[in-house]
Amino acid sequence: MTEKLISDSSEWSFPLLQRFDKEVARIAHNEYGLDTYANQIEVISSEQMIDAYSSVGLPINYHHWSFGKQFVSTEQTYRRGQMGLAYEIVINSDPCIAYLMEENTLPMQALVIAHACYGHNSFFKGNYLFRTWTSADAIIDYLVFARNYIAECEERHGQGEVELLLDSCHALMNYGVDRYKRPSPLSMAEEKRRQAEREAYLQSQVNDLWRTLPVELAGDGTSSRERRFPEEPQENLLYFIEKNAPLLEPWQREVVRIVRRIGQYFYPQRQTQVMNEGWATFWHYTLLNRLYDDGFVTDGFMMEVLQSHTNVVFQPDFDSPYYSGINPYALGFAMMRDLRRICEQPTDEDRYWFPDIAGGDWLTVLDFAMRNFKDESFIAQYLSPKLMREFHLFQVRDDDREETLEITAIHEEAGYRQLRQALAEQYNLGNREPNIQVYDVDLRGDRSMTLRHYRHNRRPLGDSLDEMLLHIRRLWGFDVRLESVDEDGRVQLIGEA
Amino acid sequence: MSHFIDRRLNAKNKSTVNRQRFLKRYKSQLKRAVSDAVNRRSITDIDGGEQVGIPSKDISEPIFHHGQGGTRDMVHPGNKEFEAGDRVQRPEGGEGGGSGQGRAGKGGKGEDDFVFELSREEFLDLLFDDLALPNLVRNQLVGTTEFKTVRAGVTSDGSPSNIDVVRSLKGAIARRTALGAPYRGRIRELEAELEQLLADGVPDTDARVVALREQIDGLKTRIAALPFIDTFDLRYQAYTKQPEPTSKAVMLCIMDVSGSMDQVRKNLAKRFFILLYLFLQRNYDKIDVVFIRHHTIAQEVDEQEFFYSRETGGTVVSSALNLAYEVISERYDSSSWNIYAAQASDGDNWDSDSTICRDLLINRLMPLMRYYAYVEITPRQHQSLWYAYQDVRAAHPHFAMEEIGGADDIYPVFRELFKRQEA
Repeated sequence: MTEKLISDSSEWSFPLLQRFDKEVARIAHNEYGLDTYANQIEVISSEQMIDAYSSVGLPINYHHWSFGKQFVSTEQTYRRGQMGLAYEIVINSDPCIAYLMEENTLPMQALVIAHACYGHNSFFKGNYLFRTWTSADAIIDYLVFARNYIAECEERHGQGEVELLLDSCHALMNYGVDRYKRPSPLSMAEEKRRQAEREAYLQSQVNDLWRTLPVELAGDGTSSRERRFPEEPQENLLYFIEKNAPLLEPWQREVVRIVRRIGQYFYPQRQTQVMNEGWATFWHYTLLNRLYDDGFVTDGFMMEVLQSHTNVVFQPDFDSPYYSGINPYALGFAMMRDLRRICEQPTDEDRYWFPDIAGGDWLTVLDFAMRNFKDESFIAQYLSPKLMREFHLFQVRDDDREETLEITAIHEEAGYRQLRQALAEQYNLGNREPNIQVYDVDLRGDRSMTLRHYRHNRRPLGDSLDEMLLHIRRLWGFDVRLESVDEDGRVQLIGEA
Repeated sequence: MSHFIDRRLNAKNKSTVNRQRFLKRYKSQLKRAVSDAVNRRSITDIDGGEQVGIPSKDISEPIFHHGQGGTRDMVHPGNKEFEAGDRVQRPEGGEGGGSGQGRAGKGGKGEDDFVFELSREEFLDLLFDDLALPNLVRNQLVGTTEFKTVRAGVTSDGSPSNIDVVRSLKGAIARRTALGAPYRGRIRELEAELEQLLADGVPDTDARVVALREQIDGLKTRIAALPFIDTFDLRYQAYTKQPEPTSKAVMLCIMDVSGSMDQVRKNLAKRFFILLYLFLQRNYDKIDVVFIRHHTIAQEVDEQEFFYSRETGGTVVSSALNLAYEVISERYDSSSWNIYAAQASDGDNWDSDSTICRDLLINRLMPLMRYYAYVEITPRQHQSLWYAYQDVRAAHPHFAMEEIGGADDIYPVFRELFKRQEA
């Protein structure tokens, strides 16, 4: 037993990290069948970690003041000791880049390696959203391209000009996502080559759209004005603007595109928080326990690992001062473990609720869940009554027409399904963000664009509305109107810029 | 499988550019915060970084989000006594039992200021933004007695310590490639020929094959004999000396310490001197400070004594001006030193002395000075000195005078004195 022991010190060194990585990899790949990208593990100092934070975790990014703002606030809270830094940052790329902080102790480094380099890494490689929407092998190249391109634009057109454009694009970043079509993966060289072509082509398209020559009446006598443009409402505002805004210069279209593509890259991450963290946490827990069982690490090592693991998956109650929503680590980890339990020790309840997985092979079931779901569907599919009881979940309805809040469901037989549905909905990005679409553009008249906000549960837009319209106006170049459509289909103008 | 990289020695501060852009964007807010800070701070720590705050809402980045109202369903953990169908009061603050996931944690809470620390450099940059030393242009080239060594490309000879290794080796590669090219071309021809022969079934021992092989070997030896590096390849970094405008300045602090100047006024004066000192420091490499205090007679003293010793008695300003003139002519040659003076006083002077002061300044001191700033710390009526100095201002544009009422005035007055003048 003892000759297996890797180290009993808490100081890390590169050879020790390598040994841990080797053992963790052996268990992860050979015994649990995790499929990962190659790992590139980089040890960085805390200052560098703050740097990494402020460019949204990307190893390279274009320059923008908002990243500087992020930087000063992170630095400040960290210096004052109000916040610890994350132990790691992991990037969805191939090879998968993981940053480890130099300050971590050896047990922490081992935990982070298991968590990031095997947990997150296999999730990036396996989950359908990441496979569909991101190109792990091209992202770094693309970021290099984006940074250089934007630097070039700053040189040619002035930093202020580019900054204004980026501000507006950032405001719309969440509305620049294709939800149904897969974007094509591109490498940097190709991207550069295509960019020039696209520039020329796009401009010609736009010119055509805005041609001022009279358009012939259609055969059936309806003038082209009566047909709306776009014919179907468009939810990808940035894409629509990139392709159709009349006054944008070619370089501006390219910048819009860059922001849109980076937004697209992060889109899967926003939809798989619970699953991704749950999966990674489940695996660091499983892998390290396995190392412990096999005698590779000491009791003290394991105590430290468990202590920080427990902190990570702590879920305060709703009435606690520390409560800030459901902790994705806690929920995700509990669900992953619960799946394993349902497979290994199913109860009658589990057999009733999950007939096709109860008593099955847990590795297969977990692998299937990891590959084919996002938070919303994962919860809708796999949240078990046992977990709802453990978390003491309850549903509150806040209706502004009522004096009081109503508890609509709790963790009991009658409430399980409703509760599960409600929690799943809570992770539906479509519900979290207001649904705003391009409805119409007045092609022949004043070129104004009309957006429509489709209200859900009568929820209004927040107070950023006017500012947002100004941003959209800046990109579009002409008047922008925002109409609100309520559940009965009544349309009301709520903003104009 | 896994690849470890130690990045700890890589450059940190990758975010410096972004940080600078952030500061630039919010310069006007920051400037306000900085000038507030100056007035609030104690004198001794004025030369440091500073915490500044800007209202969060000024720097928010808007996105579309849901507002209050409508129907919201939220799931929370930790139910204790609720049953389905219960009705509960809305919690105070309208937060609905914790706002849940979403925008929590972005940009701090509510209307708090976004507070962060400016480095000393950034602080001073903002503090002295738009300020310039008057007449800086004129004295830039005065007394170009100093030289600075600067890089000046590469040369083909120099001292061994200046060898530019990369360029030398690049040259060597180029030379070897160029000199070896004819041999290599010939080798390729011979090898093709040899291959042809062997392919035709000519045995290894055939005379033609042996001859070809010998030739090829011979050529290879020739290539190998080309020297790896030759004295011809060596390149040296070249340096040259450039004349530098003198960057020395002397600052004369002249203060009235007569009985009428109490500690409060001295502190005001001190703040003014410190601002001036910091400001000069940003423009000159080396600064000497001379402290001259006076009542009826003037003395050159050290800083401690200058600010904190108490004196009483009347006031004769010209004594200080005479001493200043002596100090300058003894130690600070105006062709190699940039001379600045700041005088603080409560305006008291012997009536007959004021005209002497005026003449001294106009005829002797001002021609030597780059700038002379006079601040009068008084809430009262001006006395003879002020009026005498007005004549000096008329005669010399680089003489400036302002009045300070209280601590709040110092910074604005300072800005007024040094604001960038349109050329």
